[in-house]
Amino acid sequence: MHEAPLLGGPYAHEKVSISRTMLWVMLALLPATAFGLFQFGWPAIFLFLVTVISAVVAESLSLWIMKKPQKLFLLDGSALLTGWLLAMTLPPWAPWWIGVVGALLAIVIGKQVFGGIGQNLFNPAMVARVALLISFPLEMTLFSSPQPLFSVGAPDLLESLEITFGSAGQIDAVTSATPLGHVKTELSRGLTVDEALGGTDTLWQLGLGTATGSLGEISAVLLLAGGLLLIYLRIITWHIPIAMLGTLALLAGMFHLIDPASYSSPLFHLLSGAAILGAFFIATDLVTSPVSIRGQLLFGAGCGALVYIIRTFAGYPEGVAFAILLMNACTPLIDHYLKPRVYGRDRSGEPLNYADEDGEA
Amino acid sequence: MRLFRIRGGVHPDDQKTLSAGQAIENLPMPPLLHIPLQQHIGAPAEPLVKRGQLVRKGQLLARSQGMISAPVHAPTSGRVMGIGGYPAHHASGLLVRTITLKPDGYDEWDDDCEGVPDPFTLAPEEIARRVAQAGIVGMGGATFPSAVKLNLRKRYALHTLVINGAECEPYLTCDDRLMRERAEDVRDGVLLMARALGVEKILFAIENNKPQAQQCMRNAARSCPELRVVGLPTRYPMGSEKHLVQTLVGKETPARGLTADIGVVVHNVATAAAVHDALRHGRPLISRVVTVTGGAIRQPRNLHVPIGTPLDHLAKYCGGFHDEPAKLISGGPMMGQPLPSLRVPVIKGSNGLLALSKDEVRSQVEMPCIRCASCVNACPCGLVPLNMAAHIRAGSLESSVDLGLLDCIACGSCAYVCPSHIPLVQYFNYAKGELAARQRAQHKQGETKRLIEARTERMEAIKKAKREAMAKRKKEMAAKKAAEAAKAEAAEA
Repeated sequence: MHEAPLLGGPYAHEKVSISRTMLWVMLALLPATAFGLFQFGWPAIFLFLVTVISAVVAESLSLWIMKKPQKLFLLDGSALLTGWLLAMTLPPWAPWWIGVVGALLAIVIGKQVFGGIGQNLFNPAMVARVALLISFPLEMTLFSSPQPLFSVGAPDLLESLEITFGSAGQIDAVTSATPLGHVKTELSRGLTVDEALGGTDTLWQLGLGTATGSLGEISAVLLLAGGLLLIYLRIITWHIPIAMLGTLALLAGMFHLIDPASYSSPLFHLLSGAAILGAFFIATDLVTSPVSIRGQLLFGAGCGALVYIIRTFAGYPEGVAFAILLMNACTPLIDHYLKPRVYGRDRSGEPLNYADEDGEA
Repeated sequence: MRLFRIRGGVHPDDQKTLSAGQAIENLPMPPLLHIPLQQHIGAPAEPLVKRGQLVRKGQLLARSQGMISAPVHAPTSGRVMGIGGYPAHHASGLLVRTITLKPDGYDEWDDDCEGVPDPFTLAPEEIARRVAQAGIVGMGGATFPSAVKLNLRKRYALHTLVINGAECEPYLTCDDRLMRERAEDVRDGVLLMARALGVEKILFAIENNKPQAQQCMRNAARSCPELRVVGLPTRYPMGSEKHLVQTLVGKETPARGLTADIGVVVHNVATAAAVHDALRHGRPLISRVVTVTGGAIRQPRNLHVPIGTPLDHLAKYCGGFHDEPAKLISGGPMMGQPLPSLRVPVIKGSNGLLALSKDEVRSQVEMPCIRCASCVNACPCGLVPLNMAAHIRAGSLESSVDLGLLDCIACGSCAYVCPSHIPLVQYFNYAKGELAARQRAQHKQGETKRLIEARTERMEAIKKAKREAMAKRKKEMAAKKAAEAAKAEAAEA
């Protein structure tokens, strides 16, 4: 924008900026991302790079069209982070154009048409993910099981190039279903949850990140560590993640108690899919979540409830993206109705009146 | 003592070590003093002296006008050089009515300046009257006439006097030094104010970043069981009157109300010292302690300065500047006002002259709001600054009032934490000013309309009267004619 001729105070400022905030979020994402890239090998690395670079290029083009300063807005890091988050939710061996289309959807449709940073109503990465899922259901649901870099049977560099950039697609990839998808399919075939999962090993796999899943969603432990770092740094507050995961666990726990055969356990729900990533990194997106504490609690609880409802009763095995987008739509309403109480006024906005109190006492 | 938590707040780097170790020094008398007639909230004082007149130290120069006003006294003996416009101690630098005094170098006290040997025998009203006479105003920066606050006893049921020694603004150390060096005098002033207010309980609140001041005041207060020194957590804006009271008493002051509504009156440390001087020694408020500090000042100091001393005199005494200061501020960096130049004089409310270096003023490019809610969490008043600013930016000032604009205390916590460097306080001050101007314009419009209507009515009445007079004359003429005709007929016949 412009150099502000700051006439009024304050003349002191905390050492904060948008780019610093974005940088910390990316640092918090780094362990889980690095782990995901390692687990899924070269194809995942290519897809990640393609998505992130496309996001930055899309941002740059949008800025050029809107005649906004390039350096200022590219360096705020928001486009990079959006691309990064989107890549983390993609199937790791998806073809390159999924990353490119996704990045364009996120930056152009999800963010810049609303007016750029701070103006968008919906989380750009989730807009792109949902649009991709609906438009390209095949590519977006073809998951490969982890084949760590340099491990036996993992694709080498050339094979990886063929997987990501080849025309034949992932024909030879070892595909398998995500735990959430697997349970959903098996339940519909009349099996119980225990039979579908085959023991409790799955929970360990989910926690550590050796189960099948999206590129950056597999390691619940590393994501949790990153999320806790953000809370420690006060970049996010605990309200949204705890409300979201708490509600999800509560609902899952209730149904699981009633009928353990048809409903998965709370821990399975917390550790699988995008629950942890969504709760700490996506639902807490500053732009699209409510600003008041009470609003954030409601927003988080809504996300958690919707995730459970979609996972359990709807057609899709995973519902984090849908849940967050639906709650994003409610954010303006929540902000309108749930404001902090103003000093010296009661909740309805009237000045405090101690006379009543004294009368009662 | 149990303290209550206030909402929000920030922890700025307090930078007090720059000047906290410097004992208060008397500033040498400058060649000229410029004493503005408006140094307080309320009506300006009315001058009583003429050009060329010789005055003595402490002599009344201008008397207070109206209920809320304060008189102005001569800071030293000398000759009145003139009464006219001089740049105000204000961001605008507009000219205000100012008495210019040339000190004669003798610094002779006026004979009328005589204290009371035992002011505790005085009636509360008499204490308040003497405080008013001495021209004492709130010296924390608000400059509200202190005597008006001392008379609140008549209208409110008061139980506690709170002395504000928080000094939560970064950099400033004048109250800190005053408490350390004049603890006995401050205590005396506090007790006198408590007598005027008729309260039993006195809470002397000092932030925990001033342990020496706390210790000095505790020592001084040892003999007074009703006076209690309370350590406050260091958090800005702890010194905001309403938030200070909430921390101590646990009650919020009702919106649009006074702390007196919940039985508490707050006075500043420096005000207490001024009350002591006025009652014990009969000295009006003609000088004050000012902190001269900031990264651009060569030797940060705490100075005892005659009111009316031009600021450049202070800066010169402190060794001048390392390099060109990036920003000159009256007061602290959070709520202080930018200064147009160093020509302006020290007034009763000036607690600091801050010369910030380039490194201290981090002028950042303003970015769009990312709704991070940092401002919401920092606001001590429970407002949503980002929404207020958005409404003001869109030109809808009335709706920003519905969002609580008038509950904003302009403490600057929101702008301090904003990662997008949005000058939020600037928006709020603009909106407050614009709304006040509109209100004045509306009032003026109403008055104009009333006058026009009155004039139209008057003109109508005049016209009507003229018409009636004309009709009457016509009738008379007709009657006369008829009479003449009748006469002529009679004559003919």
